[in-house]
Amino acid sequence: MTAAPLTRAPTPTVPWGGPGRRGPRHLLDFYLTTARTAIAEQFQYRAANYAYMIGMVVEPVVYLVVWTTVAKAEGGAVGGVTAGDFVAYYIVWTLVRNMNIVFTPYGWEERIREGHFSALLLRPMHPLHFDLAYFAGWKVVVIILWLPIAALLSLAFHPTFSLTWARAGAFVVAIWGAYLVRSLVLWLLGMLTFWTTRVSAPFELFFTLELLLSGRLVPLTLMPDWAQSIAAWTPFPSTFGFPIDTLAGNLDGPELARGLGVQLLWVLIGWGLVRLTWPRAVRRYAAVGG
Amino acid sequence: MPAGNVPRVTRGRPDVEVQQLRRTFQVAERDAGLVAALRGLGRRRTREVTAVDGVSFRVDPGEVVGFLGPNGAGKTTTLKMLTGLLHPTAGEARVLDAVPWRREPAFLARITLVMGNRNQLQWDLPALDSYEMNRSIYRLPPASFRRDRDDLVELLGIGDLVRKPVRTLSLGERMKAEIVGALLHQPQVLFLDEPTLGLDLVMQRRIRTFLAEYNRRRGATILLTSHYMADVEALCSRVLLIDTGRLLFDGSLRALADRFQARQTVTVTLADHAADLSGQMSGYGEVVQAEGGRVVLLVERERTSAVAGRILAEHRVDDLTIEDPSIEDVIERAFAGGAAS
Repeated sequence: MTAAPLTRAPTPTVPWGGPGRRGPRHLLDFYLTTARTAIAEQFQYRAANYAYMIGMVVEPVVYLVVWTTVAKAEGGAVGGVTAGDFVAYYIVWTLVRNMNIVFTPYGWEERIREGHFSALLLRPMHPLHFDLAYFAGWKVVVIILWLPIAALLSLAFHPTFSLTWARAGAFVVAIWGAYLVRSLVLWLLGMLTFWTTRVSAPFELFFTLELLLSGRLVPLTLMPDWAQSIAAWTPFPSTFGFPIDTLAGNLDGPELARGLGVQLLWVLIGWGLVRLTWPRAVRRYAAVGG
Repeated sequence: MPAGNVPRVTRGRPDVEVQQLRRTFQVAERDAGLVAALRGLGRRRTREVTAVDGVSFRVDPGEVVGFLGPNGAGKTTTLKMLTGLLHPTAGEARVLDAVPWRREPAFLARITLVMGNRNQLQWDLPALDSYEMNRSIYRLPPASFRRDRDDLVELLGIGDLVRKPVRTLSLGERMKAEIVGALLHQPQVLFLDEPTLGLDLVMQRRIRTFLAEYNRRRGATILLTSHYMADVEALCSRVLLIDTGRLLFDGSLRALADRFQARQTVTVTLADHAADLSGQMSGYGEVVQAEGGRVVLLVERERTSAVAGRILAEHRVDDLTIEDPSIEDVIERAFAGGAAS
């Protein structure tokens, strides 16, 4: 049977609810409101957050101890990186790592399988905004909780910082740039779940490559040239190595500007790919059980 | 009630229009056991399941329509397509002049979907925080938002509850908080999927009263699924019956009863309480109960008046009542018959 064309409903004669004017101001309002909600929620779990952060400190402290020991054994430096530089690198690492924890691609399976996406999809805005805003609020809690941890690590391991106002300013921008880049990249990765539920293999491959090519395991300057060349073509250094080097390294003005520019480029690429992929992905949402 | 006494809106054209809507799913299946699992490694066996099979209907502005059917009938799948959560396999739909699955923000801002088994509020925070988020999502002016929120909270009687973390609320309390959150943006079309699921009778009645009031004052269109016939009888002027993805009936509750209510219940209390007249009474209709002079009969509707007259003429009767069967019975009969509309 051929369906006849549907009639058009007219505009209501009374003003129905719904969005007022749309624009950057309202998006900013949403981000601030959602971030405030996240802060309130995460402060309820401050003990759990602290335990989580302290648990995450173990990894950089292991790297820190290993590399400072190696540096001292090598006469004070490895590849030009001193023991104090390593300490500075891994203390900043703890903040950068926590800053770039975003909605995990592993969480997409539950969102899709349990239908949790439905609530996000019913909202008159892209669901990415909620994840960005909510996790951004969490970061505020993370930064506040990180400060005493960083102070304790500094007292214990004596980092070498050569801080300038330019580097400090660039660092503030770079950690949020890292947050955006990693959010977008992991969103793209998570969207694979719309096509297959067997996603752990590509996820594991991604995280292994990230570990090696981002500066998470070891400062990128200590990696072989070929690895550094490959890394330069990926978003990984923008999420770890660059923001850490911004504060703990010796980057000059042009290097800082270039690094921030690369982050911006990855944000634009990531956002473009999300915009391109999302309509195809969401068509596959079966909302099973949701 | 938000926005005060807004007169019923006359919009003329349907708010919801659906034609030949169809949705199928590919479902993997295999037999139990290791051998079947190993066989599945080579080639995965799938089966196409049709959840919604060519459904067509329309809902006019301000109508409250019950969407009824057994589990797995296709109700929720249809609602998901009409709210843009699912793309159909075939067919057309328009809700408020929009194609739902295009998910345009202007469309999403004018509808709401409440699912009785799903939580849309922030679990660890008071509902007030989620409402504030909704204000920013739907870009509601702060002053009218606060007024509407307070009105809704008062109407549902949850003033003390909206300051407690949602996870500490009972199911009924949470559902009321959910409904407030779902209506803050004054949706024009409400899709309600089992909104009273698991609630006690008092809570069910309160939510029904609230929805009826919302519809009356705002003239909002409501499409409601429920397994509680009390919801349907209290709210719906019209029902859609769906089973195995196909629409069986579309019409008023009265028309449904007329169509499927083939028999009425005649209860006779005889003056002679000791008499055992069930044998004699079987001539009037099917005796379903006979005890101490009280006999309950099922009689074809068209014969009811005549049978009642005969009983009164032929026996000494203390009391005689004629009742329609419950709507549950009517609907059960409709599904059993699988009748087409």
